Amino acid sequence: MFAYVVRRVLATIPVMAVVALFVFSLLYIAPGDPAAVIAGDQATPEDVERIRQSLGLDRPYLVRFGAWVFDILRGDLGVSIFTNLPVVTMIKQRIEPTLSLMLVTLILAVSIAIPMGVVAAWKVGTWIDRSVMGFAVLGFSVPVFVVGYLLAYVFALELDWLPVQGYTSFSEGLWPWFENLILPAIALGSVYIALIARITRATMLEVLQQDYIRTARAKGAGQTSILFLHALKNAAVPIVTVIGIGIALLIGGAVVTESVFAIPGLGRLTVDAILRRDYPVIQGVVLLFSFVYVLVNLAIDLLYTLFDPRIRY
Amino acid sequence: MDRRTFLKAGVGAAAIGGSGGMSAPALSQGAAARTLRFVPQANLANFDPIWGTQYVVRNASAMVWDTLYGVDDKLEPKPQMVEGDEVSSDGLTWTFKLRAGLKFHDNEPVLAKDVIASITRWMPRDPMGQMIRAQLNAMTAVDDRTFRIVLKSPYPKMRFAFGKTNTPICFIMPERIARTDPFQQIGEYVGSGPMRFLRDEWVPGAKAVFQKFDGYVPRSEAANWLSGGKRINVDRVEWVVMPDPATASAALQNGEVDWWENPLSDLIPVMRRNRNIRVDIADPLGNVGAFRMNHLHAPFNSQKVRQAILMAMSQEDYMRAIVGSDDALWKPLPGFFTPGTPGYTEEGGDILKGPRNIDAAKRLLAEGGYSGQPVTCLVAQDQPPLKAMGDVTADLLKRLGMNVDFVATDWGTVGQRRAMKNPPNQGGWAMFHTWHAGADCVNPASYNALRANGDGAWFGWPSNQAVEAGVAEWFAAPDAASERAAMAKINRAAMDYVVYAPTGFFLGYTAWRSNVSGIQKGPLPFFWNVTKA
Repeated sequence: MFAYVVRRVLATIPVMAVVALFVFSLLYIAPGDPAAVIAGDQATPEDVERIRQSLGLDRPYLVRFGAWVFDILRGDLGVSIFTNLPVVTMIKQRIEPTLSLMLVTLILAVSIAIPMGVVAAWKVGTWIDRSVMGFAVLGFSVPVFVVGYLLAYVFALELDWLPVQGYTSFSEGLWPWFENLILPAIALGSVYIALIARITRATMLEVLQQDYIRTARAKGAGQTSILFLHALKNAAVPIVTVIGIGIALLIGGAVVTESVFAIPGLGRLTVDAILRRDYPVIQGVVLLFSFVYVLVNLAIDLLYTLFDPRIRY
Repeated sequence: MDRRTFLKAGVGAAAIGGSGGMSAPALSQGAAARTLRFVPQANLANFDPIWGTQYVVRNASAMVWDTLYGVDDKLEPKPQMVEGDEVSSDGLTWTFKLRAGLKFHDNEPVLAKDVIASITRWMPRDPMGQMIRAQLNAMTAVDDRTFRIVLKSPYPKMRFAFGKTNTPICFIMPERIARTDPFQQIGEYVGSGPMRFLRDEWVPGAKAVFQKFDGYVPRSEAANWLSGGKRINVDRVEWVVMPDPATASAALQNGEVDWWENPLSDLIPVMRRNRNIRVDIADPLGNVGAFRMNHLHAPFNSQKVRQAILMAMSQEDYMRAIVGSDDALWKPLPGFFTPGTPGYTEEGGDILKGPRNIDAAKRLLAEGGYSGQPVTCLVAQDQPPLKAMGDVTADLLKRLGMNVDFVATDWGTVGQRRAMKNPPNQGGWAMFHTWHAGADCVNPASYNALRANGDGAWFGWPSNQAVEAGVAEWFAAPDAASERAAMAKINRAAMDYVVYAPTGFFLGYTAWRSNVSGIQKGPLPFFWNVTKA
């Protein structure tokens, strides 16, 4: 197992290298000019050119790529073209809100979606099943920002129970931290809940047809025990896979959710950087997301062994 | 106590009973009243008002850095950091004396050498600064509080240049910072303005915090735009960046923020219904919409083709696309200068008045030699006014029988592509849209977009001697009447040559909570004099 983990971690290096090359090249050929954005609307073409030169954007592709890779190997993601702050500092400023949002969403989604899927499979064909599936269709169909606006309107503006926007650091207290995350987590989690609930239901339906479930019933095992101990554990591998794949959904959804709820996270940092063509920030954040995604996949692979002892690495 | 505070108290009490550690650290009412939370027009992505000339940077900088002069709402420059000036009878030597007691946020005194370094850094980045630099013989410190500028020829607009609101403003920085190349970004944010910038609390894209500077000595006159006594009545000003207008609207309605700089006109009715919110025109100088054509390449290298566009375009269509049905928010603009200002003129603007004549415009197009070539129209979709104008223009050009190559893109790409002088089919362009702050268009001083000096002109590179002669005449004008006469000449020549197509004059709103008072209308949000109850 240990050797496997080491191999997988080492395998991230070429993956990250390919991502780095891809991201850099894509940004290089993409249209847009940070110098023009910096110079402002009243700047003359000469001003823009001077700024471009001062930022080193007039250097050839290979020179710029080489310098960037050299810096990365030294653990330096560079300095933002706009803020003059190190990219690492900017990521540190933004990582807590995004991680908090993803964590709360993940906990919320898993704790709601799995019981929903299990119950829907258990009550297949009934109004409960249809309600759960109806909710799932709704969750898939309604965009995150629409859910976000509706939640903010009802729970913040009309009822005045929760804040509309912003983020409070965990260091300032559990409730202020959680208060700001409730609505965004529900908005972001709606698609995720729908996805996990559907997969849980489908997998549970298959598992509930198995002989060992029939045997458990014959032996007089209780319904809760059958559903959650016998069936759910055996249905866990595809569910965990979907949860893992869903992390990518969360990263994508965080971009929208953070904008709607004005959360200063990595999603907004990415969008702002793309709109301004702040290349070092875009490259740094995309590399980070890729790294996280690779690690999540590794964690999922390792979790398989917990749920299915037949799997060995 | 509002409902959420009540609920929070309940949850807090329950938590204290249960765990003892869940309740929020509550701000006292007094502390909340001493912090003004403001939603700016855009993200403060950098903080160097000379290097980055975006309006949002200027607006934040006006709190932190002070100016030698400051214009008031009559656009008259008034002494700000200077105590006074003396001009020699030949107009060539200007001697300025700084006010006593000026100091930077690091408690160092403001000296003449700081001012000279700041002017030196500002000059190459500003059109008026460039003119001063071209005529500069010497700029020297006479003593710690006095400095002298000696020119080769008179420059009557000196005070205006040092006190204008147009970006880049000539902000005064400590010499060690002002020595930075104007095309490199500064890394230290020390000014002598009424507020300090708290760099440690700056999260670009999310928050910027300014704290009252106790060492600031305001002038005795009443505050008026950039002039007068800049008295700060709150301890902190927090800029909360909100990219989503609906969120900003909800936050203002909920009392989570106190002042929203530029609400969308669509959301104004909702806010007007809220008795805790006040809404008013933000800046009476407003904005001038612009549809800019490339004078280097066909079809817009033909004056007749450009005139055909003016003949056919309806400014009402453009303005309604931007501001909707609110008639208080727009005016037709048969000229280039800001309506309601002393130099405003409609001289030569008849082509934009009266019913639109598509048939006559088509004939003029044919006379101008238009033969169906694609018109590459760059439209930034991420800027609502530009997208609105782009849609109207595309429709107009199609009605004129032109072949529209509609390039829907973002502002970053337009910013890059508009600088390309290549033909449109080789990465260049034929037209793009933009708008200019009305404050920039009150006179030719910083009105780059109206210049017609060919390669040195703004994007589109128009070249016209009559326009340039008018600009030179304005700069040399000894009095207001001569300035107005020069501006009338510029307007006529620029309209005839079609330096660009003005799409109309439009205003924007600003909105704030009713417990906030002292907000001035103007081209930037002024935080002095603002009080929060």
